[in-house]
Amino acid sequence: MSRVKLATVWLGGCSGCHMSFLDLDEWLFDLAAQAELVYSPFMDAKVYPEGVDVVLVEGAIANQEHLETICTVRARSRLLISFGDCAVTGNVTALRNPLGGVEAVLQRCYGGTVEAQGQIPAEPGIVPPLLDRVTPVHAVVPVDVYLPGCPPPADRIRTVLESLLQGETPRLEKSQIRFG
Amino acid sequence: MTVKTLTINDQLISAREAETILQAAQEAGIQIPTLCYLAGVSEVGACRLCLVEISGSHKLQPACVTKVAEGMVIQTNSERLQNYRRMIIEMLFAEGNHVCSVCVSNGHCELQNLAVEMGMDHVRLEYQFPHRTVDVSHDRFGIDHNRCVLCTRCVRVCDELEGVHTWDVAGRGAKSHVITDLNQPWGTSSTCTACGKCVAACPTGALFDQGSTVGEMVHDRARIEFIVNARQKRQWQL
Amino acid sequence: MDFPELLAIANQERQSQKAIRIRCCVAAGCLSSNSLVVKERLEIAVTEAGLVDCVKVSGVGCMRLCCQGPLVQVDDSTQSEGVGILYKAVTPDHAPAIVSTLQSLAAPESPYLQQADLRHPFFTQQQAIVLENSGIIDPERIESYIAAEGYHALHHVLREMSSNQVINEIMRSGLRGRGGAGYPTGLKWATVAKAMSPQGEALRTANHKFVVCNADEGDPGAFMDRSILESDPHRVLEGMAIAAYAIGASQGYIYIRAEYPLAIQRLQIAIHQAQKLGLLGSRVFDSPFDFRIDLRMGAGAYVCGEETALMASIEGKRGIPSPRPPYPAERGLWGFPTLINNVETFANVPPIIRKGADWYASIGTEKSKGTKVFALAGKIRNTGLIEVPMGTTIRQIVEEMGGGVSAGGVAKAVQTGGPSGGCIPASAFDTPVDYESLTQLGSIMGSGGMIVMDQSTRMVDVAHYFMEFCRDESCGKCIPCRVGTVQLYQLLSKIREGKATPADLDLLEELCDMVKYTSLCGLGQSAPNPVLSTLRYFRNEYEALMMNSNES
Repeated sequence: MSRVKLATVWLGGCSGCHMSFLDLDEWLFDLAAQAELVYSPFMDAKVYPEGVDVVLVEGAIANQEHLETICTVRARSRLLISFGDCAVTGNVTALRNPLGGVEAVLQRCYGGTVEAQGQIPAEPGIVPPLLDRVTPVHAVVPVDVYLPGCPPPADRIRTVLESLLQGETPRLEKSQIRFG
Repeated sequence: MTVKTLTINDQLISAREAETILQAAQEAGIQIPTLCYLAGVSEVGACRLCLVEISGSHKLQPACVTKVAEGMVIQTNSERLQNYRRMIIEMLFAEGNHVCSVCVSNGHCELQNLAVEMGMDHVRLEYQFPHRTVDVSHDRFGIDHNRCVLCTRCVRVCDELEGVHTWDVAGRGAKSHVITDLNQPWGTSSTCTACGKCVAACPTGALFDQGSTVGEMVHDRARIEFIVNARQKRQWQL
Repeated sequence: MDFPELLAIANQERQSQKAIRIRCCVAAGCLSSNSLVVKERLEIAVTEAGLVDCVKVSGVGCMRLCCQGPLVQVDDSTQSEGVGILYKAVTPDHAPAIVSTLQSLAAPESPYLQQADLRHPFFTQQQAIVLENSGIIDPERIESYIAAEGYHALHHVLREMSSNQVINEIMRSGLRGRGGAGYPTGLKWATVAKAMSPQGEALRTANHKFVVCNADEGDPGAFMDRSILESDPHRVLEGMAIAAYAIGASQGYIYIRAEYPLAIQRLQIAIHQAQKLGLLGSRVFDSPFDFRIDLRMGAGAYVCGEETALMASIEGKRGIPSPRPPYPAERGLWGFPTLINNVETFANVPPIIRKGADWYASIGTEKSKGTKVFALAGKIRNTGLIEVPMGTTIRQIVEEMGGGVSAGGVAKAVQTGGPSGGCIPASAFDTPVDYESLTQLGSIMGSGGMIVMDQSTRMVDVAHYFMEFCRDESCGKCIPCRVGTVQLYQLLSKIREGKATPADLDLLEELCDMVKYTSLCGLGQSAPNPVLSTLRYFRNEYEALMMNSNES
């Protein structure tokens, strides 16, 4: 039996969800036996491959690069999992939204709050431009499974992955879908 | 006082005449979700979480204000009600800025618990990200309007238990918000007695003790219960 | 005041009538197009022509054809024809020409003077009960009302009828609440009459009760109640007094929106005049019956038309609804049993008492008796106020009375019931207007707004407009209405802009269902109606706006 093609993606988040993934500890060996990691911040793959079976997407959609990435990810993956609160709700990444659009946010960060000569960084082509509004992943592309938590505890991640590996659609118990 | 017999979720129960469906259900060990309801202060029937189905009526009725009646047949947890309740919770999450991970009440929040109870794993509605303020002008307490669900518990405990009426609601519709006195900073309120009942009553992290950080704010509901028991039942033991 | 005195006032008023009467509309519609100046200029012209002895110019209430105002009607009792002449779109400069026609006894020569055709179905198919005095009497003179048999009904009930008999008469008439819901008025009166409040018992004022007139008319496009109050305010006062006698109340309130300054002014004048004559206040008609009426002005919240919010507002509290039961009939103002009826409901009461329940019940359909006043508006030739018997078809109203769609368009739908109502498609225009039929079509009778739409109207826009209204007017107390109307509005905006997917349409329907069944008061419960009814009849318009789901 061929191994499941697994990917993880890191968008607008703190990488805490990926850290929590590493907390799976020795179960990672079991996982590796059944799944092949084909794209992830943990490895050195530059291009998101075709034909991914399962992808864990951490983070909200906050800038142009995230937007382009998630479209590619969606197109090339069979099952997309919103991984953690930022992906599911926008969470901390979206805390900037009530401030208003990009201008207001950059002013607040680089203009109003620092004493030294505030300057808004502009590096076209290097720093991806921010989107006006941070959104959860499902506001942009269809999502198949939601895995909330900030970060989702390792056992919650394991529950989802185990049922996926068994060919089932994951169903989290109510106690396992707590935000925060 | 007469006693009524009724059926809740196929279970026969008895209740005192003046009781509400909610009270009768609670006594029988049947949990009906609530948010704006707070034992000891008046019921407003605003959150609509406790809506139940009553046979013979096409309208859903809020259990917190509907009196029991002989022979009533009630469903508290049909699939339809579950769907409505989940939608109500989604609405609240979409309306305010509820970020559990950085909230003082994370882990001790009724809204968060309700989301778990309703099995809400994501919000289908459009997040509003409203621009709301935080008032920490009071010496001991603070209010973060981002986390307010407008249950008006603070308004009612302040008015009905403390007898002060520092809190009220201003604005309407989506612009509704709670205010202190005539919409002044809380710290400048001339009526607030700093009794802290509003903070104890708040279901979310909207009202908090100054100095609490993420997950530290535990609302002391026992204080409210003590006052209510003392006044209404003449029971003074803690 | 006793009955002979009342009759004396009526006689004196009739005798002071002159052979020729020029009536100039001074209700809000015509006033806004300068009718007060028209009236002054007519008076000057009459004086200049030396006709003061035989011509009387008076300001009157609404003469129905509001779109063509200012309206001036000339009646010459020396002419045998009976039907007068109604001039439309009169300007102050027309005044001399109108007066000169009185002398020449000929049809007006002036090409600038326009006559409305009083033989048009717009006028001939109306049946005036509520509006019987509207456009005829001077709303600022109680004598004018008394001369039209005003306060006769009140005298009759005080002297000849027990409160039970009054209630039975109203019950037998089949009158139903004209605020929109159509609850049987007599039944409501009977309930309040029997109710005893716990507070009342404690205070040993077990019979303390209130009568409230709901004049917080707020549906977009509806102006029936305003017209009634501006044209014939005493009729409403008399209706309230009769109700107060029937249920045993001694205090009444009229809750009226502050945006109706003229109606407020005329009510104040009317109350003052009635008190002065002993028709309101202590010992009405020298009977043991006391009844005072006070005005309470609304501060611009639509939701205060909902009865529990209205009562909170009268009590000086924030105008937000509370769960029912308890109903106001049981526990209303300050905890006392309270009767709340709409302006038009009260306006129906005096004629029912005067002419009898049987007469009233002979008009209309089996379950909806009497007439209904509609404010006809939208893409139609004759807009204005109409009063028609229940059971008149929408087609009659739109095509015959309304004169069809303006500028050669084709009628597409009629919106009734305002933000709580729905759209009735042209295919259902043969439906008779009554409470049950309109409900069956997914709309409601409502308070009487009737907006005609032609093919150029996009139904999604209509739903969007009403949802915006509900969103702005939601009080914010209950979650489904406060948040739901915002979400529904945004979804409708998205659909309108062609950015929505079929999934959004599903969510729209799910939200509509949820808001409808879980909201606290009528505002939220009916807020989805304009969406649901347009979805029911014009779903294709929604679907045509869907974004191709591949594009997402």
